[in-house]
Amino acid sequence: MSQTATVDHVVAPDSGKGAVDYIRNGKGIVSWLTTIDHKRIGLMYLGSVVLAFLVGGLFALAVRLELLTPSRTIMSAAGYNQAYTLHGAVMVFLFIIPSIPASLGNFLIPIMVGAKDVAFPKLNLFSLYIFWIGALITLSSLVLGGIDTGWTFYVPYSSRVSTTAVVNVTLGAFIMGFSSILTGLNFIVTMHKLRAPGMSWYRMPLLCWALYATSLVQIVATPVLGITLLLLIFERAFQIGIFDPALGGDPVLFQHFFWFYSHPAVYIMILPGFGIISELIAVHSRRKVFGYKAIAFSSVAIALIGFLVWGHHMFVSGQSELAGTIFSFLTFIVAIPSGIKVFNWTSTLWGGSIKLDTPMLYALVFLILFTIGGLTGVFLGMLGVDLHLHDTYFVVAHFHYVMVGGTAVAFFGGLFHWWPKMTGKMYSEKGGAVSAILVFIGFNMTFFTQFFLGSRGMPRRYYNYLDQFQPLHAFSTVGSWVLGAGFALGIVTLLVSLKNGKQAPANPWGGLSLEWQTASPPITENFESTPVVTHGAYDYPLAQGQKEHA
Amino acid sequence: MNELLRRLLFLPPQRSTVAAEIDGLHFLVITITMVGATAVALAGGYFLFKYRRRAEMVGKPNPGATSRPALLVEIVVLVLLGALFLWLWLIGYRQYMRLAVPPEDALDVYVMGKQWMWKFAYPHGAASVTDLYVPAGRPVRLTMTSRDVLHSFFVPDFRIKQDVVPGRYTTVWFQATEPGTYQILCTEYCGTEHSYMRGQVVALGPEDYARWRADGEKIVPREPSLKTDLTGRVEKLDAPREAQAAQAEQTMAWRGQRVAAEQGCLRCHTLDGTRHIGPTFAGLYGRRVPLESGGEAVVDEAFITASIMDPVREIHLGFSPVMPSYLGRIAPPDVAAIVELIRSLRRVEPAEGALEEGIRSFDEEVAAP
Repeated sequence: MSQTATVDHVVAPDSGKGAVDYIRNGKGIVSWLTTIDHKRIGLMYLGSVVLAFLVGGLFALAVRLELLTPSRTIMSAAGYNQAYTLHGAVMVFLFIIPSIPASLGNFLIPIMVGAKDVAFPKLNLFSLYIFWIGALITLSSLVLGGIDTGWTFYVPYSSRVSTTAVVNVTLGAFIMGFSSILTGLNFIVTMHKLRAPGMSWYRMPLLCWALYATSLVQIVATPVLGITLLLLIFERAFQIGIFDPALGGDPVLFQHFFWFYSHPAVYIMILPGFGIISELIAVHSRRKVFGYKAIAFSSVAIALIGFLVWGHHMFVSGQSELAGTIFSFLTFIVAIPSGIKVFNWTSTLWGGSIKLDTPMLYALVFLILFTIGGLTGVFLGMLGVDLHLHDTYFVVAHFHYVMVGGTAVAFFGGLFHWWPKMTGKMYSEKGGAVSAILVFIGFNMTFFTQFFLGSRGMPRRYYNYLDQFQPLHAFSTVGSWVLGAGFALGIVTLLVSLKNGKQAPANPWGGLSLEWQTASPPITENFESTPVVTHGAYDYPLAQGQKEHA
Repeated sequence: MNELLRRLLFLPPQRSTVAAEIDGLHFLVITITMVGATAVALAGGYFLFKYRRRAEMVGKPNPGATSRPALLVEIVVLVLLGALFLWLWLIGYRQYMRLAVPPEDALDVYVMGKQWMWKFAYPHGAASVTDLYVPAGRPVRLTMTSRDVLHSFFVPDFRIKQDVVPGRYTTVWFQATEPGTYQILCTEYCGTEHSYMRGQVVALGPEDYARWRADGEKIVPREPSLKTDLTGRVEKLDAPREAQAAQAEQTMAWRGQRVAAEQGCLRCHTLDGTRHIGPTFAGLYGRRVPLESGGEAVVDEAFITASIMDPVREIHLGFSPVMPSYLGRIAPPDVAAIVELIRSLRRVEPAEGALEEGIRSFDEEVAAP
């Protein structure tokens, strides 16, 4: 491949003078609400999920503040149960699940494969409206009695006993599920049918592979959640006995149904994060990804095997011992592809040209936190050890390492990485770097402490706890303030750049994938003419015809 | 070493026979995962330093920019990871299967969870709330159910945990290694007062336990309401309390028989295999029985419980739907006791004319030390 090889027939960087970029193409709120441009839709999703992140984050801070002391600090037991339930439900259904796919994925997938838009642009806008409607119904519970069941909605508490607005939250989650399914469908068709000439599967950026695998899970698993929540609503509203033993139902059946979705949903949450990290590490190391196919196929393997491990949430639920050992076995199997990913990411640093830009800092934070999150999962997959750790703070710490240290950190890393592309503005490196460091410190203060709490026997979802746990709880609470400051600083840094930021070049990081070959921000059609792709997304070294970013 | 690691990891004291074993696995996993995490951190840190971008490198190809792994490398990683995880699973599997089976001679206690307290019923008729009295050094098997929502029975010092599910019976067992009191915590969210749903296991030494058995009972067993055809047995049940307490090991099955007599079950169901108005309890448990409606059912805890609460739903082929429902007329601990009674009779052959034989083998079951 020649040193000058690059994408042919692409609008030269910084030269989209004739065309108007997608942000200025159409003014007024109506032009946004009726747009079918995937970039604008992605941006609206971005605003929505960040707002949800702030709401969920405020609940998290309230929960941590309450736990500063063993008994009442700022709220009653009933208030606490609502706060942690809303924290979980908002974070899971309104933030993490749509976060990366619907915002960054929507913005990036068509550009990355060299298309003008997703396969079904109107369906894409429809998905956004469905998401908004579902989110509003869920949030309506805030003023209509709250919810205190935990985000898992376990029966019979949720179907018979709780007096809160369970139906609103579950109906909202049910509706948002359709948004998730349609978005997944749209992505899959886009990647199959709209790749530019020369864009073979193995030339696609790894984010596309990850989102492809995610979309598969979204399409196959989400209907099960929808049915389950609908059955729950029927039981609660019409006393139709499905899960409640008093009506002839089976509460463990609900758990099977729920985790049959919600474990694959863990991969809906983390796989896009894997995709982003693959991008960040390769681009900021200026290096071909070590093991492209290994990373690509491990995403698909995780998506498939991930369907078979739901029972590891139920080792002490009363399911049979045999089922427990089988689920334990499958859980160890699904850990293998994740291990392969960590190996390949670490190896991608080898022989690179590494620059610690803000996105790269976030990627390193991810690498450390996700490794800890993954390895602590081994404890919980071991049946005997799980007997002690199940439903304690050890589990809380474990999944926060994966969901926050993994997905949320990857989301922020991706946001910093593609912010110049999305908005055309460079942000303050200093602000970004400090936010990454604060997140790292605050996160570990908050959640590493909780491994010890859990090992010592502190159950989760406890309003009132034994005095012996207080020092650890207090330390964790202080950590949550540092963590909150880190995320807040990150968001402020980005928002400030909109006003004060320098104009971003087309390719600030020296990336080779297609999104860096068009203007920042891109024009509505993404490219002035259809690009023809002649190399893979990470075929370094290539003379890029642009200023090196030193 | 065990004690040092335990303190380092903030694990609670080990006060059951399985605690040290479970912690041993915990220590193994943490050692392996720490080695893995350290390797990743060291390699990553070294690469970050060694391959940091320097001014003179800009514009030139990186030393390793194009290097890709041979397929062999990926396969080696795959196989190594796979072997490691398989090995860990195998250890965990073998341990779990060993831990899951309660010893044959376990003492039975019936546990009911409700919002927001624990209730305990003992085979000799006593009951307690919040405090579970057990002899130290003896295996104890808990048969648990819930009256309302899900709960979970967790004793950190014993390293045991089991969900308590309404409409089902779950079991868990433990053997306290020394006398003392050990915190019971509910670990399945159950409503407003979830975090207050605590109790304690009071493990007593032999003398204290005997004293509690003799004096600590708060509930006097009810007088049997009717004499049944199982005459000899009922006389025995009517024996003075002291004599009952003195009786060697009383089991849930023993209690089940008393309940079956009180509730009138034994007027239609025999214990010796004789056919009467209802199917005999002898040899019934675990059997596949034909149904009037066609098809078959396995007689297990669920089937028995359902048949007590809603008897006419599924009728054993050849019997009439004459049994009344006991829904609301029989306490959950008593249902469990009847299930245990039927289970204890599973090895009694339901042959005609085996009256004496049946009673004798039942006596042996019940009186087994």
